[in-house]
Amino acid sequence: MRALLPAATLVLLLLGLPHAAPWFHAGWPSLSHPLYVRTSFVALTVSHLLLVVSATALATAIGLALGILATRPAGRSLLPTVRAVAVVGQTFPPVAVLAIAVPLLGFGAAPTFVALVLYGVLPVLGQTVAGLDAVPAAALHAADGMGYGRWRRLIDVELPLAAGPIMAGIRLSAIVSVGTATIGSAVGATTLGSPIVEGLVGNNTAYVVQGALLVGALALTVDGLLAMAARGVGR
Amino acid sequence: MSRAPLLPVLMLCAIGAIAAATLPFAHVAPNRLLSGIAQRPHPWLFAALWGALAVTAWPRAPRGLAIGCVALVIVALPWCLAHEATTWLAGARATTRVQAGAGFWTMWLAAGLLLLDRLREVGRGWQVVVWVAVTGAVGGYAVAGGFDGIAVVREFHAQHDAFVEALFTHLRLCVLTLSLALLIGAPLGLRTWRTRRGEGVLLGVLAFLQTVPSLALFALLIGPFAWIATRWPVLGAWGFGGTGAAPAVFALVLYALLPVVRYTIGGLEAVPADARDAARGLGMSRWQVLVRVQLPLGWPVLLAGLRIVAVQTIGLAAVAALIGAGGLGRFVFLGIGQGATDMVLLGTLAIIGLALLVDLLFQGVLALTERRA
Repeated sequence: MRALLPAATLVLLLLGLPHAAPWFHAGWPSLSHPLYVRTSFVALTVSHLLLVVSATALATAIGLALGILATRPAGRSLLPTVRAVAVVGQTFPPVAVLAIAVPLLGFGAAPTFVALVLYGVLPVLGQTVAGLDAVPAAALHAADGMGYGRWRRLIDVELPLAAGPIMAGIRLSAIVSVGTATIGSAVGATTLGSPIVEGLVGNNTAYVVQGALLVGALALTVDGLLAMAARGVGR
Repeated sequence: MSRAPLLPVLMLCAIGAIAAATLPFAHVAPNRLLSGIAQRPHPWLFAALWGALAVTAWPRAPRGLAIGCVALVIVALPWCLAHEATTWLAGARATTRVQAGAGFWTMWLAAGLLLLDRLREVGRGWQVVVWVAVTGAVGGYAVAGGFDGIAVVREFHAQHDAFVEALFTHLRLCVLTLSLALLIGAPLGLRTWRTRRGEGVLLGVLAFLQTVPSLALFALLIGPFAWIATRWPVLGAWGFGGTGAAPAVFALVLYALLPVVRYTIGGLEAVPADARDAARGLGMSRWQVLVRVQLPLGWPVLLAGLRIVAVQTIGLAAVAALIGAGGLGRFVFLGIGQGATDMVLLGTLAIIGLALLVDLLFQGVLALTERRA
């Protein structure tokens, strides 16, 4: 239900906006081009989603690997350092990470992708460590008693028990990514932020509204879908 | 003597050594808009330095020596950059700029984390002393003009007035947001907690708002705020309009409300029911219980929430520059637009520094509160 309503809104917007030129003409009579046509809204949505999904997938892989490493006996001593990185990293605003990536990688999708990955790792990493740390010792002893190896214990016992917090981390990471990818259009990435930024620069409020409506619906859809997935995992 | 953990030290030293050997330490650019030529002075020297640092992690090595060496590296790295800059700049044109490269930043970050790691083994007093000494050494050298050859510092001097104004605008946005969020959020949280109704709905609505990307929310507010300003010109005369500070603060407060309400409720729940009952039994009024029992006992939780809100607001306020609210984000986005890397870096460093400083400030207050409790 939580995903259905925003998803339906998103689809309606994608189908309806290209035909809504008369409405925007009526709303902003002074604008000669009240409908964003440089790139189709569907193409913008797809490229926005691709950026978010690929970055979140990579961030999840890195965060999970680091989180698992830091909770194994061999990597335990890394835990305080990992925590410190996560705490310091959270104070770095997404805009700052984006801005730092530009001089290193130039304009376009590349700096946005790197910023999304760097920033997306932190919530997954933090929640993986928290989730694995909260696995009851009794469950671990039981697994050891049943003769489980280290890998089997991790995959069959620890990860399923920590799945709730880990999914919460992935969800947070994805939501932040949707927002940061929107700002990424200011450094040349093609996303749903492009109509917003172009509208702000060119004083075209109609573009701004179109981009903002779509990106809002997209964010709520992604959030709803991941909330549903989290509930499925928690069961 | 407790054995220091070896793994984090070795890992950070490896990162530092790889950065020293492969990444550019600095760039020398003909002017502030063109990109520079990568420079890697004495890569083997820097790599050897990291090797030496790794040796200080040897379990038998004295702790003080290790901490001293790492602190020295943190001070020496920017000094080294400044020193190289003066040699590169000698005889070059006045527009030439020396920018710190990825190698410098990675090494500096690795050294900072290394110090953080080694300092975990000593008391809080020593931690403060070492950090103050390191910041004082680097900051003192900066104030004395030691880094004037570095591009970011030049950009700062060139744009001094605009920068100071942007900094104060940024601070004003954040302070206004924080006070409004506290004024609205704390009573809202208190009411929800007392009546035990509507908590799910309220938090749900606020979480829903938090999901909407900041740029979209800022952008959506332009229309309604412009309409209000034309409808009531008095407000418009006060600087109230579709763009500028008014919609920015409105959106920032909406984002700040969720943590404020959530942590207000958390703080109230952290107070044991016994303490409240005892206070009521002493004949205190509801207001007295709130001010003399619940506030002092629930304060740390609320403060932890405010810390999150403050850091979050500093970052989000940067985006508000896109709707004309000014602040440090203006440097970032203007710099991106002009392709002026130094300007972007100046704004970015200031935002990060501000966020870290505010975070430290709240940590300090939190530590003081806990000690008294």
